[in-house]
Amino acid sequence: MQLDAQIPGGPIAEKWDRHLFELKLVNPANKRKYDIIVVGTGLAGGSASATLAELGYNVKTFCIQDSPRRAHSIAAQGGINAAKNYPNDGDSIWRLFYDTVKGGDFRAREANVYRLAQTSNAIIDHCVAQGIPFARDYGGLLANRSFGGAQVSRTFYARGQTGQQLLLGAYSALSRQIADGNVQLFPRREMLDLVVINGQARGIVTRNLINGQLERHDAHAVVLCTGGYGNVFFLSTNAMASNVTAAFRAHKKGAYFANPCFTQIHPTCIPVHGTYQSKLTLMSESLRNDGRVWVPKNPGDKRPSSQIPESERDYFLEEKYPSFGNLVPRDVASRNAKEQCDMGKGVGTTGLAVYLDFADAIKRDSKAMIEKKYGNLFQMYEKITGEDPYETPMRIYPAVHYTMGGLWVDYNLMSTIDGLFVLGEANFSDHGANRLGASALMQGLADGYFIIPYTIGGYLTGAEFTDVTTDHAVFRETENDARSRIDKLLAIDGKRTVDDIHKELGLIMWDYCGMARNNEGLEKARDLIRELRGEFWENITVPGSEKDLNQSLERAGRVADFLEFAELMIIDAMDRQESCGGHFNEAYQTESHEAKRDDENFCYAAAWEYTGKEKEPQVHKETLVFENVELSQRSYK
Amino acid sequence: MTKTINLTLRIWRQSGPDDKGRLDTYQATDISTDMSFLEMLDVINEKLTLNGQDPIAFDHDCREGICGMCGAVVNGRAHGPEKGTTLCQLHMRHFSDGDTVVVEPWRARAFPIIKDLVVDRSALDIIVQAGGFISAKTGGAPDANTIPVPQAAAEKAMDAAACIGCGACVAACPNASAMLFTGAKISHLALLPQGRPEAARRAINMLKTMDRMGFGNCTNERECEAECPKEISIVNIARMNREVLKASFLSDEK
Repeated sequence: MQLDAQIPGGPIAEKWDRHLFELKLVNPANKRKYDIIVVGTGLAGGSASATLAELGYNVKTFCIQDSPRRAHSIAAQGGINAAKNYPNDGDSIWRLFYDTVKGGDFRAREANVYRLAQTSNAIIDHCVAQGIPFARDYGGLLANRSFGGAQVSRTFYARGQTGQQLLLGAYSALSRQIADGNVQLFPRREMLDLVVINGQARGIVTRNLINGQLERHDAHAVVLCTGGYGNVFFLSTNAMASNVTAAFRAHKKGAYFANPCFTQIHPTCIPVHGTYQSKLTLMSESLRNDGRVWVPKNPGDKRPSSQIPESERDYFLEEKYPSFGNLVPRDVASRNAKEQCDMGKGVGTTGLAVYLDFADAIKRDSKAMIEKKYGNLFQMYEKITGEDPYETPMRIYPAVHYTMGGLWVDYNLMSTIDGLFVLGEANFSDHGANRLGASALMQGLADGYFIIPYTIGGYLTGAEFTDVTTDHAVFRETENDARSRIDKLLAIDGKRTVDDIHKELGLIMWDYCGMARNNEGLEKARDLIRELRGEFWENITVPGSEKDLNQSLERAGRVADFLEFAELMIIDAMDRQESCGGHFNEAYQTESHEAKRDDENFCYAAAWEYTGKEKEPQVHKETLVFENVELSQRSYK
Repeated sequence: MTKTINLTLRIWRQSGPDDKGRLDTYQATDISTDMSFLEMLDVINEKLTLNGQDPIAFDHDCREGICGMCGAVVNGRAHGPEKGTTLCQLHMRHFSDGDTVVVEPWRARAFPIIKDLVVDRSALDIIVQAGGFISAKTGGAPDANTIPVPQAAAEKAMDAAACIGCGACVAACPNASAMLFTGAKISHLALLPQGRPEAARRAINMLKTMDRMGFGNCTNERECEAECPKEISIVNIARMNREVLKASFLSDEK
């Protein structure tokens, strides 16, 4: 199949407006004849459900948690970007577009990124109208702060809880639609498979997590808003339930998976401290506005931070990148931290950490001012580590945080399966090989509030539908497949727990497909993953039954998919013989150890097609054309 | 400093809503004091699984204190003994070697038990559906800086909006009241100019729904404020009461 991104013609600044006019509309009275399934209630799913219902569609919304207010968007701390230029510091839609394309190391689709920048301002307007308590100046107008990869202050924030507040905004809009009967909510449901009939996505099969019942749900279109796959690494900043299952099941049904090897390792996380650890905690990038990153100049210097004099400290980011300093993009900051630790300059008991020091900021602005800006983050750090960051510098180390790869979608956010739309982190389109801070919230809400409501109408008016009910043979078959998988998992009765296997998978991925990769390691990882997958299906033990709340069974299903998906990540990483953004192949680097792209051979999105069990996936390439931003070596010096 | 401790756990086990339930005893050995409370439960569950026993069911997701999914009553305190802390952020360094720790689910009529420590909190969602929103259509909003909001009002609104909907306030209240939860949402929106047009309707409908869902009333015990992991103040309950009074006297909403 030839990939067609359906990018409208004309100058980039006019594409979206032109497309909006050209998209066919669904008559208001006809909208209620269409059922739309939305899976996931993060920023993308919550906002899409609310807006589609507001337009008059019948929406069925599913979430894995007990309430649609809990999806992991809630944990985003720092903020959301918009090109408002309120601080009058030279921002514009064009600059936000430019920064995002450059930040993504030229592996994103120009037209999508421009639309994202264009939509950003309407998001802030809408969120304020919803009552999001954004930070404000004394005059009562909105406040801004800076984030990595930009030299303007364009980030709007609600203390260190911006994701929470934006999600609760989408949740409140969704709640209003539920009360009005326009959305039917299905909480504590996990999507186990996609139902494709006559080449169209027509429904899903879910498991009711309370009583174990498998359920069939039909619709005219399915919208996946199921987040990223960072938990393939076991340890990540993702929530415990975040998984790849919905996206991977859709992939197996014909949706291409694009750029799975593009994962973001966030530089400022609390370091790993023990094998029992279940997750990693992020410290917002906004901290890098005031915190200074440093390590001792001399490798092996184990003195406490207070005893290392100024002259023996290496502020390596400020040194190496004078114009962006501590606010370089995430991939650059992470790689540099790793480099310092590899040289033996890491701090703390494990030597896998660098300092993030607020002493200068506290001296300059007062403790009270720092507390006002970052109080909840400092408190969180103190709770986890038992150390007071007002007194001693924070210790931080990079951790898996976000996945830029995802299901391939066209300009309308539709995947390679007709009627299957993919929004937010679950798709691949806007962040290229590296996402800039404060742009995930922007993308989730742009997709949900302002893009899908229009593009889905274009699909529904153009598509031909046959009558389908949940009695259809394909629904039965899909449910049977899901049931036999569950039975198989419960019947293994081996000697290892699911978490144990998951941890081992995570280590393989972190060691060989993490911050730095090389061909030999990737080859090795592929063998190790296959072996581990074999062991999983022979030697795990899943207690309990399928007719009950069974959290072990839930995890087993997710890890089974991670074990297959991990191999696809490796294959993609091996295919991309260049370095770009979060994908750093040691064989391709500049003299100063920056990622070295190969635009001649790899200026494309790699979209992988599933070809069958234990068969090599097939790559389809969407060539990325840069007409508005010149392809150049990224520089933050 | 990292060290390890041994604990005796007494954990509520209940196979389903119809089961009577009981406290079972487990030994937690070699628990690192750097672990979170939930990581300690993970360790117990791994052992139970390998012994062929049913692991303890408990709700959790983000494990960084913001999603509101986790929660249990630990030694009689919602989310355990530390102030302003969710269960997932409670670390074992706050316990001593040899302690006995009793772990129970939230107990309230409006929160039926599903299994072990997992309860059904959908009643809280239904309260929000009754009015915890501003009816703003997508796409019709004026420029965000059109309406200035005094910084102090925005800060107070944010204080209230920080609620994570975990239900600890209900579990801590002798009346199993959801006044702090409901008051926080009503306050957040009432403090902002955008929220004023619907303030009366919102206050009345949310409070009525709270009663209908089987939550009790407030008798100023202040347990909710003491146990709230986000330290939300009962000032919000007072503000809700003012909003409801104002609405019943001065507005057309009933």
